[in-house]
Amino acid sequence: MSDFPWLLAMVVLPAVGGAAVAALPKGRDAVAKQATLGVSLAVLVLAVLATVAFDTGGDRFQLTTAVDWIPAFGVQFALGVDGIALVMLLLIGVLVPVVVVASWKDTGPGGRPMKAYFAWLLVLESMMVGVFAATDVFLFYVFFEAMLVPMYFIIGSFGGPRRQFAAMKFFLYSLLGGLVMLASVIGLYVVSNSQIGEGTFAFDALRQLDIDPGVQKLLFLGFFVAFAIKAPLVPFHTWLPDSGAEAPIGGAVLLVGVLDKVGTFGFIRYCLPLFPDASRTFAPWILGLAVAGILYGALLAIGQSDIKRLVTYTSIAHFGFIALGIFAFTLEGGSGAVLYMVNHGISTGILFLVVGMVISRGGSRRIADYGGIAKKAPLLAGVFLVAGLASLALPGTNSFVSEFLVLIGSFPARPVFTVVATVGIVLAALYVLLLIQRSVHGPVRGLVESQPFPDLRRRELAVVAPLVALIIGLGVYPQPLLDLIDPAVSATMVDVGSDPAGTQPVHQPATAEQGAN
Amino acid sequence: MTLTNYLVLAAILFTVGAVGVLVRRNAIVVFMCIELMLNSVNLTLVTFARATGTLDGQVIAFFVMVVAAAEVVVGLAIIMSIYRTRRSASVDDANLLKY
Amino acid sequence: MNPVPATGLLSLSWLLIALPLAGAAVLLLGGRRTDRWGHLLAITTVTASFVLAVLSTVTLAGLDERSVGVDLFTFISTGQLDVSAGLLVDPLSMTFALLITGVGALIHVYSVGYMAHDPARRRFFAYLNLFVAAMLLLVLGNSFVALYVGWEGVGLASYLLIAFWYTRPAAATAAKKAFIMNRVGDVGLALAIFIMFTQLGTTSYAGVLGSVGLLAGGTVTAIGLLLLLGACGKSGQFPLQAWLPDAMEGPTPVSALIHAATMVTAGVYLIARSAPVFDAAPAAQTVVVVIGAVTIMIGAIAGCAYDDIKKVLAWSTVSQIGYMFLAVGLGPIGYAAGIAHLLTHGFFKAGLFLGAGSVMHGMGDRTDMRRFGGLATKMKTTFVTFGLGYLALIGFPFLSGYWTKDAIIEAAFDRGGVSGWVLGGVAVLGAGLTAFYMTRLMLMTFFGKPRWEDGVHPHESPAVMTLPMVVLAVGSVAAGFVLVQVAPLADWLAPVFGEPEEAAAHVVPPLVVSVLVTVVVAAGALVAWLAVGRRPVPTTAPAQVSFPVRAARNALYADAVNEAVFMRPGMRLTRAAVLVDDRGVDGLVTGIGTGLGSSSTRLGRAQTGFVRSYALGMLGGAVLVAGALLAVTAG
Repeated sequence: MSDFPWLLAMVVLPAVGGAAVAALPKGRDAVAKQATLGVSLAVLVLAVLATVAFDTGGDRFQLTTAVDWIPAFGVQFALGVDGIALVMLLLIGVLVPVVVVASWKDTGPGGRPMKAYFAWLLVLESMMVGVFAATDVFLFYVFFEAMLVPMYFIIGSFGGPRRQFAAMKFFLYSLLGGLVMLASVIGLYVVSNSQIGEGTFAFDALRQLDIDPGVQKLLFLGFFVAFAIKAPLVPFHTWLPDSGAEAPIGGAVLLVGVLDKVGTFGFIRYCLPLFPDASRTFAPWILGLAVAGILYGALLAIGQSDIKRLVTYTSIAHFGFIALGIFAFTLEGGSGAVLYMVNHGISTGILFLVVGMVISRGGSRRIADYGGIAKKAPLLAGVFLVAGLASLALPGTNSFVSEFLVLIGSFPARPVFTVVATVGIVLAALYVLLLIQRSVHGPVRGLVESQPFPDLRRRELAVVAPLVALIIGLGVYPQPLLDLIDPAVSATMVDVGSDPAGTQPVHQPATAEQGAN
Repeated sequence: MTLTNYLVLAAILFTVGAVGVLVRRNAIVVFMCIELMLNSVNLTLVTFARATGTLDGQVIAFFVMVVAAAEVVVGLAIIMSIYRTRRSASVDDANLLKY
Repeated sequence: MNPVPATGLLSLSWLLIALPLAGAAVLLLGGRRTDRWGHLLAITTVTASFVLAVLSTVTLAGLDERSVGVDLFTFISTGQLDVSAGLLVDPLSMTFALLITGVGALIHVYSVGYMAHDPARRRFFAYLNLFVAAMLLLVLGNSFVALYVGWEGVGLASYLLIAFWYTRPAAATAAKKAFIMNRVGDVGLALAIFIMFTQLGTTSYAGVLGSVGLLAGGTVTAIGLLLLLGACGKSGQFPLQAWLPDAMEGPTPVSALIHAATMVTAGVYLIARSAPVFDAAPAAQTVVVVIGAVTIMIGAIAGCAYDDIKKVLAWSTVSQIGYMFLAVGLGPIGYAAGIAHLLTHGFFKAGLFLGAGSVMHGMGDRTDMRRFGGLATKMKTTFVTFGLGYLALIGFPFLSGYWTKDAIIEAAFDRGGVSGWVLGGVAVLGAGLTAFYMTRLMLMTFFGKPRWEDGVHPHESPAVMTLPMVVLAVGSVAAGFVLVQVAPLADWLAPVFGEPEEAAAHVVPPLVVSVLVTVVVAAGALVAWLAVGRRPVPTTAPAQVSFPVRAARNALYADAVNEAVFMRPGMRLTRAAVLVDDRGVDGLVTGIGTGLGSSSTRLGRAQTGFVRSYALGMLGGAVLVAGALLAVTAG
């Protein structure tokens, strides 16, 4: 079973599906939706089967497929996953069908047919799978840039009133980072050419290069800028609120839930193993940005008057936590950060979806237009609360485990940054509960009063139910995911020169063994 | 006969042509001035070919003539169609291709 | 120190938590289908938990090794961090489990009557069940992480229940305030856990508490102070006391269960559970007793000035928890005394709150004591049970409060030296103030002439409400005597805190303390009678009052300070950040974009459309190139 090219299938199937949906004749939106849902569910099944085929004790990269692509430059169409990429593929597999069902009744601006939207969703899924599964740096770059195209059209054609501006800003900002990265990709090729005699883009070969520290710093910065924009870290974040707010809800979920994770994924997959010395040199600065992002993003979220912008700013704070975990260089922090990437996709995904359901009922994005949702739509309010609690990392929800791991893993290595970051959990409570207080609690007023504002429909329930189940399930029993993630992060810790067994305590208590088990 | 005389003549012809292109408005005249500049260059080419005793310059002069002929065909056709639509052969009137 | 593996009945301890949790899940997921029988299910689950807790306690008492561990599953395991989901069954945790499930079951029963006419009664019971489950997890967990999970879980339940009547803006605000201030404390608890992991590589009680000796003095003090911050947040202690009175926006059974008997005492549990840490950090202990003493006074002073019956009781809770902090801060001589007071307080304060709820029930949900009066004859059962709770609280001889509070005051004096005298003095003064405000409350509510508003017809509550009140009143009368004299709590808790120490020589003989406290209490009650019992009570609070009264009415300006120091600057900072982000950071980005755009527009102006100007440009260019060529070849 492990011989089957799972990853290739996961890249090709949605791409073909997207083309087929796009080729449907006009007016067949219903067929387009069903086909899209079918394909995305098939990808989910593939992702699950790939996980079954994956051996946690096995090689670093598994399920590999490699075909020569541009032999002249040693470029290969090489796919393979470690635990980190695999959990991201699972996240994609879960989120895309959810987004498809959530977008079922959406209408395009000005009555634009939605067929193209679903086609672009599938193309986007293919690109996202590719970017996480690529083990050839050049291929990664291609997917990294190609991913922008479907998202550009999703935002620019199906978004809110300022969609064109937002799409342009998103595209140009990301492209800028991508081009800087291209320079570093080529730089890596040149270095490999001089060190092993033939140029290559294969990750495993590049990882074993011994790059001069000065060159490392330059190449590192090239990758870092691209990923810092994508993630986004403060101060490269300002495209996200515009894009997130203007994108259609489904697009926003995938943008913040998955697309942005490519940035943090890039940190841990490319920056750390390829440039360990440079990573160590720049770590204090990056941690500074991360912690600043946690506080700054949270403050900005508190100050927003637009619900969707608020959610994007909370994400900026969350990305700060992820970067903190990665650049603390500890196994616990790194595993926490990867788990955070998955959990954030789920928790922010559901928050966006719920916010979208509120907006679709009221027709406004202003928080001040709502009040007392709990009275008219108790179920919607309940899910809203669950999503909010997941966002503020309440124990029992999935986000708690990852946030706790990031903080407890970073503390031994970087106590000062961690202490400041921990203050962020108070601010997180503040922005979530302020939002709940203003829109969900209080007397019924504003659009909640003037519009019909029905409670959750059957389809909407089907959208949120799996995510709520995941929030609780992964909050109580996260260990299966951690078992997948740990070996990969441990290997990365070897690359970057940290203890692959985790953080050794200062004292070895005699009773710790019995006490811990 | 020295080389200088031919070259000076070519330079004078070129200058006359260039000034004509810059100061005249009528498209036909501008066109003729361009031809004048091309031919001054042809003269230079032939002169140097004669001086160095090779054929390269003369060959290139033929190329220039061929290109000039082709250019006249296209150019005059454009001028004709502009004249038909605008009732004017002034190059300043045809200024639609701008920012 | 390591717990022995559980066998038999004790290995089922997880059911204690699972039963109410399942109840909450059924009620929340079941929707309206469960409206008719939901409250019965909730009561059943909590009662089942109580029965199980009783049986477990009996089993535990029969063991030689009274510290039993129950391992459930691996919660988080990565690298050196290994957190198992497990329970620790020992005398301390079972004492709390009995209190939580016992009082919890009574309050569930009471709520059936109290919430009978509320359309959302099912949701109320679901949240109550959720609270009981989280609280049991808090006390039964075998590690600081499990405690933290329960800790925030009860915070959530408290939030949901305070905001139960969410359409009232005051309730929504109070709920948010409670959660945020608790989170401030949680930061301390989290950081303490981080330090434990960094230093010892474990977070389990057995691992941490057994290895405190390995740690440097400063580290232990830091852990102690951070744990204390967490405790202060949850227990409404200075400087995080301001949320607790606001939490009275929740339904009264919630105030009784969460904000009097159980959740707010979690801070005391935390400090008692971490006893080895505090014993090794005298500086942290000193801070604990100082905070306890300060809070005793804050709570008592504010309690004297409020007219809202529930808020007076809330401030009384703040003050009484101050006593418990004082006790556990005193070290080995105080742990058992603090826990004993916690238990008796659980009885009489829950009873008092239920009584207050009964009064409100009869008075159409009014809480202003200035519009009460003369209810003793109209609500006899409530009056008697409330009165017994009142006597127990002020320390009337031989009732519960007398035994447990006196023990704390004795221990405070026994600390010795100047600090012992100061702490003892504060504790005695606090007892006097307690007598004052509680007597004032009694007089204004049950005695004097009726000052009812029009249309109010006071009536006794139904039996389903009065029955729990009667049970709690019995507890208020007898619990102290039982816990101190019949079956000393200190002996039962010995496996946790060590054998009870008798102070070698009392600084002040116990008999003198008893007499002194009784005299002070009597004086406080007398002053209250002189102030409100002897003359008619005005129906609106006098506006012209002295500064101390004004300060007390504003709870010593804690809210004002919070507002001036945190809230307003915070909001300003937020607005400034939004401005900086929109204009500064984003301004730079869009500025570069628009700058590039406008400069290319300007450059485009050169494309005039005049052929001859292009020709001139070409000529100029050609001349330039030719000139450059000449210069290069000639030069």
